[in-house]
Amino acid sequence: MTDIAQRGASPVDWTSSAADGRRRRRRAAETRLRYYGLAAIAVALGLLAILVGSLVLNGYRAFTQTQIALDVYVDPAEIDVEDPSRGDYRGLVAASIASVLPGADDAELRAARDIVTRNVHFILRDHVVRDPSVIGETIRIQIPASDPFDQLAKGIIDRDLPESRRRVNDQGIAIYDQFAEQGRVEQRFNAALFFNADSRFPELAGLSGAVVGSFFALVVCFVLSFPIGIAAAVYLEEFAPKNKWTDIVEVNINNLAAVPSIVFGLLGLAIFLGWFGMPRSAPLVGGMVLALMTLPTMIIVTRAALKAVPPSIREAALGVGASKHEVVMHHVLPLALPGILTGTIIGLAQALGETAPLLLIGMNAFITSPPGGLLEPATALPTQIFIWADSPERGFVARTSAGILVLLGFLILMNLIAIFLRNRLERKW
Amino acid sequence: MTAMHAPTAAPDAPAPVLDKRETVRIPLEIGNASKVDARDVKVFYGAKQAIYDLTIGIPEKAVTAFIGPSGCGKSTFLRCLNRMNDTIDGARVEGDITIDGKDIYDADLDVVTLRARVGMVFQKPNPFPKSIFENVAYGPRIHGLAKSKAELAVIVEAALRKAGLWDEVKDRLLETGTGLSGGQQQRLCIARAIAVSPEVILMDEPCSALDPIATARIEELIDELRQNYTIVIVTHSMQQAARVSQKTCFFHLGYLVEEGPTDQIFTNPRDKRTQDYITGRFG
Repeated sequence: MTDIAQRGASPVDWTSSAADGRRRRRRAAETRLRYYGLAAIAVALGLLAILVGSLVLNGYRAFTQTQIALDVYVDPAEIDVEDPSRGDYRGLVAASIASVLPGADDAELRAARDIVTRNVHFILRDHVVRDPSVIGETIRIQIPASDPFDQLAKGIIDRDLPESRRRVNDQGIAIYDQFAEQGRVEQRFNAALFFNADSRFPELAGLSGAVVGSFFALVVCFVLSFPIGIAAAVYLEEFAPKNKWTDIVEVNINNLAAVPSIVFGLLGLAIFLGWFGMPRSAPLVGGMVLALMTLPTMIIVTRAALKAVPPSIREAALGVGASKHEVVMHHVLPLALPGILTGTIIGLAQALGETAPLLLIGMNAFITSPPGGLLEPATALPTQIFIWADSPERGFVARTSAGILVLLGFLILMNLIAIFLRNRLERKW
Repeated sequence: MTAMHAPTAAPDAPAPVLDKRETVRIPLEIGNASKVDARDVKVFYGAKQAIYDLTIGIPEKAVTAFIGPSGCGKSTFLRCLNRMNDTIDGARVEGDITIDGKDIYDADLDVVTLRARVGMVFQKPNPFPKSIFENVAYGPRIHGLAKSKAELAVIVEAALRKAGLWDEVKDRLLETGTGLSGGQQQRLCIARAIAVSPEVILMDEPCSALDPIATARIEELIDELRQNYTIVIVTHSMQQAARVSQKTCFFHLGYLVEEGPTDQIFTNPRDKRTQDYITGRFG
C-alpha cells in the first residue's frame, strides 16, 4: 500500500489534515448536489400537487349536481298521444310546480320555475318519448336545478349576503327552501357531465360531444400518422441513400417537431378549409391537422426504435439470404414495434391535449350534440375546456376544472397503456 | 507495425523477407478443386483501401482458415464472399471473385440466392428472438425450400442434427432461441445457415464469444461439416486454425502474405511476417 503511494514524485500522505479537508470538501459537494436534486424534485412535485389540488378543489363540485324531484301528471289532453314528441310539456311542468305551491301568485310561480333548469320541458319530453306508457300517469322525475340554485345548494352562493349582491333573490330562496322541506332537493352524481353535449346552461352542459369529437380526431390522426410515419421512418432509416438530400429531409423533420402547433393550425385552415373546402369544425380536419403535428414526432420515435434493433439481427437475416425488404418486414419492424407503439401513444396523448390548431379550424364552436360522423361539427376536449373557461356562468368554473380532470384522466390512461405495452412487449437480447 | 520491419532475425530458420506485395504460395497436397477463386481483389471503404490485390483459391470441401492481426482485412475479405459488404455505405470491391467459375459481383447475379448458397456464421451468436424452430425454418421458408409444413419440419430436424443440437433441443423447439447457452446459440446459428443447403459456409470468428468447452464442440462440428461443405473460418486463435483447417492464409495490413497447407504454415512459415505472427512476436 505505502509502496504504491511512494512510487509517485513525492510520497503522498493520505492522513494529513490537507487531505482530510479535500475529502470533506468533495463529500460536501456530493451531498450538496444530492440536495439540489432533491429540492428540484420537491419543487416539481409541489407544483404538480398545487395544480392537481386546485383542479380537484375547483372541480369536484361539478361531479355532483343538485336535482329537484318533480311529480308531473302526464296529461294525455296536453300532448299528442300518437307522437309524444309534440305537446305542451312546458305547461305540464308549470302545472306540476303550481300543484306543490298552493296559493302562490304568478311572480312566485315564475320564480319557482327558475329554480329548475330552463330546458326542463325537453327533459320531460324525452322521458315520455322513451317510455310512452307513462302518458296518463303521474311520474316523478329528477330535474337539474338551474345554475344559481345549484350554486346555492353547494354553498358557493352565500345566503347571508345582502340580496342585491347575490345571484338569487329572497323569493327564490324561500321557494327553494320549500322544495327542500318537501324532500325534493338532492345532490346526485352528475351523469350529465359525461353523457350530455355542450349547453348554454351549465347544469346541462357535458363533455360527451367533446369526448366523441376528440376520439374521432384521434382516430383520424392515428390512421394518417401511424402508417405514414412508419413508412417514412423505415425508408429514411433502412433504405435512403446517405446523401445531402436525406440530410435536408432529416433536419427538416427534426425542425418540424419543434414548430409551434398553432402554425399547423394555420396550415390546416389555409389548405384543408381554404383550398380543399373541407367543412369547418369537423373532426376529420382536426384529425388531419393533428396528424401533421404528430407526424414528425412519430417519425423520430420510429427511427429511434428502428435504430435500437441490434445490427446483428439484420446481419443474421441477410446472412441466410433475406432480401432487404424481408429483413425489415420480418425482423426489424416487429422488433421495433413495442418502441413504435409506445411512441405512438405518447404522440397521440400529445395530440389529445393540443388546443391551438383546433381553435383555428373552428373546433371551438358551440355544438350541442355529439358528432355522428367525421364530417359533423364537433369540439374536442381541450377546446371544450377553452369554451367553458371563457363562459361567464358561475357553474362553468367548476366544470372547466372537471373537464381538465377528465382530460388529464385520459392522458394518464394513455400513458399507462404505453407503459404497459412497453413492459409487456419489450424484448431483451 | 514497426515490429514487422525490425530486422531481428528469428533464432531458427530465418525466413526470407519477401516483397510486401508478393504472396508466398505453397500448393496444397489434399488436391481438392478450388470452389471459390478471387483474383486481384481490392476493397475500399470510402477512400481507404482495406485489401490490396488479393488472389486466392479456396478448396472445396475443406476448411480454410484466415489468420492475421486485427485490421488486416481477413473479415473484410470474408464478407466479400457473400457480398455482405454491399450493406456498408462506401464499401467498394474491385477484381473478380468467382464461385464455381461464376462471378458473384456480376450485375445479373441475385444477391439473395448468393447468400443462400454462401451461408454465414457470425462472431457473436445472433439467433433471432424467435423460437428455435423458427430460427432454423426461416431460411428455408423465405427461399421456398419446403412445400409443406411436414417437409419444413424435416429440413429443420436435419439441420439441427447436422449442427449437433437436435438432442439438446428436440423437446423445446418452441422455446426462444435466445434462451440457449452461448455455445448452443452458435450451433443454432450454424443450423440456421445449414438449413438452406449452402455450398460454402463463412465463419467470422465463430468461437470468440464462447468458453473452451463450447469452442471444442464447435470445432468438432466444423470438422464434421467439412465432409459436405466448403468452409472458410476467420480466427484469432492460431491453435484453432491449426486444429480445424487444412489450408491457412495469413493476412497482414490488407495483403495476403502467405497461403498454404496448415501444417506447413505453422511449422515452416516462409515469410518473416508470418513467422513473427505465429510465434507471437506481434499481433
